[in-house]
Amino acid sequence: MARAVTTRRKAFNTLLAWSIGLLIFFPILWTILTSFKTEAQAISDPPLFLFFDWTLENYAVVQERSDYTRFLWNSIIIAGGSTVLGILIAVPAAWSMAFVPSKRTKDILLWMLSTKMLPAVGVLYPIYILFIELGLLDTRLGLTIVLMLINLPIIVWMLYTYFKEIPGEILEAARMDGAGLKEEILFILTPMAIPGIASTFLLNIILAWNEAFWTLNLTAAKAAPLTAFIASYSSPEGLFYAKLSAAATMAIAPILILGWFSQKQLVRGLTFGAVK
Amino acid sequence: MGQITLNQITKRFGDVEVIPPLDLEINDGEFVVFVGPSGCGKSTLLRLIAGLEDVTSGVISIDGQDATTVPPAKRGLAMVFQSYALYPHMSVRKNIAFPLRMAGLDKAEQDRKVDQAAAVLNLTDYLDRRPGQLSGGQRQRVAIGRAIVREPSAFLFDEPLSNLDAALRVGMRLEISELHERLKTTMIYVTHDQVEAMTMADKIVVLRAGNIEQVGSPLELYKNPRNRFVAGFIGSPKMNFIEGAEAQKHGAHAIGIRPEHIEVSETDGPWSGVVGVSEHLGSDTFFHVHETGLADTITVRAGGEVGFRHGDRIHMTPREDVIHKFNENGLRIS
Amino acid sequence: MATQHSRSAARIMMAPAVILLLGWMLVPLTMTLYFSFKKYLPLRGGDLGWVGFDNYVRFVSSSTFWPSVQTTLIIVGGVLLITVILGVLLAILLDQPMWGQGVVRILVIAPFFVMPTVSALVWKNMFMDPVNGLFAHLWQAFGAQPVEWLSNASLFSIILIVSWQWLPFATLILLTAIQSLDSEQLEAAEMDGAPPLSRFAHIILPHLARAITIVVLIQTIFLLAIFAEIFVTTGGSFGTRTLTYLIYQRVLESQNVGLGSAGGVYAIILANIVAIFLMRIVGKNLDA
Repeated sequence: MARAVTTRRKAFNTLLAWSIGLLIFFPILWTILTSFKTEAQAISDPPLFLFFDWTLENYAVVQERSDYTRFLWNSIIIAGGSTVLGILIAVPAAWSMAFVPSKRTKDILLWMLSTKMLPAVGVLYPIYILFIELGLLDTRLGLTIVLMLINLPIIVWMLYTYFKEIPGEILEAARMDGAGLKEEILFILTPMAIPGIASTFLLNIILAWNEAFWTLNLTAAKAAPLTAFIASYSSPEGLFYAKLSAAATMAIAPILILGWFSQKQLVRGLTFGAVK
Repeated sequence: MGQITLNQITKRFGDVEVIPPLDLEINDGEFVVFVGPSGCGKSTLLRLIAGLEDVTSGVISIDGQDATTVPPAKRGLAMVFQSYALYPHMSVRKNIAFPLRMAGLDKAEQDRKVDQAAAVLNLTDYLDRRPGQLSGGQRQRVAIGRAIVREPSAFLFDEPLSNLDAALRVGMRLEISELHERLKTTMIYVTHDQVEAMTMADKIVVLRAGNIEQVGSPLELYKNPRNRFVAGFIGSPKMNFIEGAEAQKHGAHAIGIRPEHIEVSETDGPWSGVVGVSEHLGSDTFFHVHETGLADTITVRAGGEVGFRHGDRIHMTPREDVIHKFNENGLRIS
Repeated sequence: MATQHSRSAARIMMAPAVILLLGWMLVPLTMTLYFSFKKYLPLRGGDLGWVGFDNYVRFVSSSTFWPSVQTTLIIVGGVLLITVILGVLLAILLDQPMWGQGVVRILVIAPFFVMPTVSALVWKNMFMDPVNGLFAHLWQAFGAQPVEWLSNASLFSIILIVSWQWLPFATLILLTAIQSLDSEQLEAAEMDGAPPLSRFAHIILPHLARAITIVVLIQTIFLLAIFAEIFVTTGGSFGTRTLTYLIYQRVLESQNVGLGSAGGVYAIILANIVAIFLMRIVGKNLDA
């Protein structure tokens, strides 16, 4: 710190920042609180904040009635699968770009990123009928592939930036030591890039978990992940605040926790390195 | 065996010719040093031999076999990098064992060879550490250990001492020379430091702009530099060059005389000048002499006790038998 | 800087990613272009032949087109305005010394990790519901008539929801940018006697210009495509039908694929215009 700050000033900053922070966080907090109320308490007037009969009943009901775990599994498989698949495809590509750059590397990278900007709605119908033709509609496999493809540019990009930080001499040393390409990537590059690969993994799990265009439009009942499960509560007869809150809490909790670990990667991944 | 022949090899990066056609013969067991100013292509040449870069044209043969298109892993060479290039995620033991693991040796054999190399390099106590926990000199030893376990036909060193501090550098220089004495394996060593070249090499290759200026033993280069560039590059402090009338007296465009080949005196001598900076090393003293009418500065070496002061006018006598003569193109006239 | 071996290896290793993305881009794009020149109604006769630019003309001249463009612009513009202004202020605040900075940061960033369908539903039901929503309670507490947010102030409501989701993103990036500002520069300005407001205007804001541009460009691309927030709140009614939503309705709801595809081509062109600017900045950064 460049200089001392008066305690009064610091207290003021703290008070202001905490108030704003809590205000922004409030909808999430309110959802979590409501999930522990009974339906009657959830809509009581005036609203109840902390002094109500805490209950876990909603969680049980949501699970029982809507088979929450099935949607959860779909989310886990689709988000996890698309990310793992994406990383497997992106590691070799990022290796090429980072360690064997050519004049076209930059163009290829920019082109890859630009595919990320293709508006999904512009290709909705073609993908929709391709999915019907290929029997992929409402399957986990189909969604896994689509989410892998839409996030592949970000995965390649992030891995590329992490790989660039690894000195090429170490890979050359491996080559001199008798390592082939496979050994070089498996025994040297990958272990060295574990932190970067982990961050990439984290950010892409989040992006895939929350994706809500293709997951809504390409699934019906079988392969629907949590995004679609929550959307099913939008019909008027689904107006049960406490249960909605319990379902919402369960849907966002895992990702909220992961997200807190990935703040730095968020900036790096989503600005394509333009802000450091 | 470790006999390497470069035949008319060239290297271009796009339109830039880094190495013009070049021939070089490296004999088995030789300690060869590539030396030259930065950007002279010495590291590129080493990487071409290693196979980390392709030659644009020409043939590289190792032990009589054409190795021009053989990948680095298959050339049977080992390399020590400037940054050491240790694998940060592996213990010292695993670093040294890596080439053996790649060669498919069984675990017991790996351990035996690693232990052997560690004993030679005083690394036995550090085998379970990570490279990040070692000092610069220790890292350097690990890099060398990783190279020797392969029992390569030749070692390649790319400025291996430039990241060490001065005291360590002298120690490591000796260790590498001793290693060469013991292994008798071909070593190719790249450096920009002519002291390293002079002290370690059997054969020095002086490079400038990708061209070989001269090849020879340290003393050959010192005594008979082929041109002004080599004359100026080899030897410390640098050779004095004098042009004009004084050179013409010797029938040359320019003459060169090393500081150690000039005698100084208070009274006698054909040349005279005023003492500027003097550097006292104890064993020797170097005087930088100005206002000689010959060159901007003439550097001379005198004994440690000679005590001229700044501003003193002194006289100098060059040893006529070791005056080097050069023509307009900078080539030596014999 | 490499050998023939490694270069050909690099080409092979890059191939899967390049081929997949090329396919992902070209196949559907070609199909969209193809459909856009056809009268194609899967449920009412199927492929009814080529119609030239008819769909393009009809899409633009339909009574729903301009309102949807207007809606899109209002939502994108509104969200950008709110997130950038609040984002700058919040980033500056979070950069100040305080107790519990890390926790506040987490609180502020949290909304970004909430899936769009959840945030839309939570806002719709628990805050904006005219009977049981918190806002209704709040309004009543002050003796005011509760507002029917999603039907009477539908655009504002959607802007509010989307801004809440994207404010963390803007704040986080602007905060990163502020933290890279050389503090000596600010101190020098202070020594030169610049008051806080002019330090902000002449040093902090210009330093942030680049980051703001990037936030605007990236958010624009994502905001042009918002879907779930409208899907689960208003379903496109009450004047919240954006261009994206209009195309979605043409394609999947009314199954007028030709017309929808023509709209899709417009959307792709629009996104590409934004993308070009963004890619320029990213490309420049890549050289550095």
